[in-house]
Amino acid sequence: MEGKGETDLAGLLNAALRGDEHAYAEFLRRAAGLVRRFAQRRITHGGIDPEDVVQETLLAVHLKRHTWRTDAPVGPWLFAIARFKLIDAFRKAGRSIEIVMEDGFDAPAPEPEESASEREIGRALASLPPREREVVSAISVDGLEIGDAARALNMTEVAVRVALHRGLARIARNFGQG
Amino acid sequence: MMETERLIRTLALDAPRAAPMGRAWAVALAAALAGAAIVFFSVVGPRPDIAAAAETWRFLYKFVVTIALLAASLWALAALARPGGMSPARLAALLVAPCLLAASVLIEVAALPSDQLGPRLLGNNALLCLTFIPLIGVGPAAAFLLALRHGAPTSPALAGAVAGLAAGGLAATFYAAHCTDDSPLFVATWYPMAIAILAAAGAAAGRLVIRW
Repeated sequence: MEGKGETDLAGLLNAALRGDEHAYAEFLRRAAGLVRRFAQRRITHGGIDPEDVVQETLLAVHLKRHTWRTDAPVGPWLFAIARFKLIDAFRKAGRSIEIVMEDGFDAPAPEPEESASEREIGRALASLPPREREVVSAISVDGLEIGDAARALNMTEVAVRVALHRGLARIARNFGQG
Repeated sequence: MMETERLIRTLALDAPRAAPMGRAWAVALAAALAGAAIVFFSVVGPRPDIAAAAETWRFLYKFVVTIALLAASLWALAALARPGGMSPARLAALLVAPCLLAASVLIEVAALPSDQLGPRLLGNNALLCLTFIPLIGVGPAAAFLLALRHGAPTSPALAGAVAGLAAGGLAATFYAAHCTDDSPLFVATWYPMAIAILAAAGAAAGRLVIRW
């Protein structure tokens, strides 16, 4: 099972790197499942939402997919990124819990499931420059295709693609700063 | 609101992919070599008796050590830029240069009369060595850190330190062509100190600039 899953994953990522959009979405979906289990097993107390770690890992996987060696297994690479993002999340949570305790309050209760609107990446949208924010949110929140987003925002498709890529990279960088 | 499925769809629509790591390292290495050469030839230059020096084992052995350090650090660096890429073999290879240096120190101690040891160790260029190796290496260290930023180091401080080691190996290779203190006693005392300055600066810089 493990070996076959690994071969499938590598095959999907290789197809994705050759430009196969559907293979890429499928790869990211499976990677999300693996990272979700990885994060859920390691996050035992509130304060960190495993799904935030999943999303930050997917974004990092996306922007750093050129660091995967095409002849190497995907698993060790994927989980090394997930571990890095998990440690980052613990570090940030530790810092904010310290601040909370100084002020004499209890650590906040974990967000309920339905408050998905408060996801870290969703919040990060707000910090983008206006053009990038409009493009990223048209595609990720409103679910538009590149062409529809271009028409809606009165931009060329190339400009939409550029703004989307810059916006995603900026969100990832802002996480890294935290 | 951003659900994970929406994020996945968004990422799949974002086609542009960064240049492969191989190219990033090729560019960084070329820039590092050029930067080190420019500083070396404009500030110090090779020693005048380099042809005669090249016939002595002590002079040549300096390059064996510095090039071993450079090669091993670059090998480790390439792995440190990839998540999950580091292997025990690459870490162990970093010990080759120190071992080569230690072996030459033993030979030197056995070969020299004891009243010569102190003067050879102190040499004439200790301060120059401590100044010029970091000076020649600062550009290469910046080039290697940029390549690391292009990658995804999961240990930013370690990766930065090894970038400093690689820059130190490169800078020491140039500096060794200038310095007239060829005794392994001198090399084993001052070169590591100069290279450690670059490694420490690299670790600090790595922590600051490698964010992803």
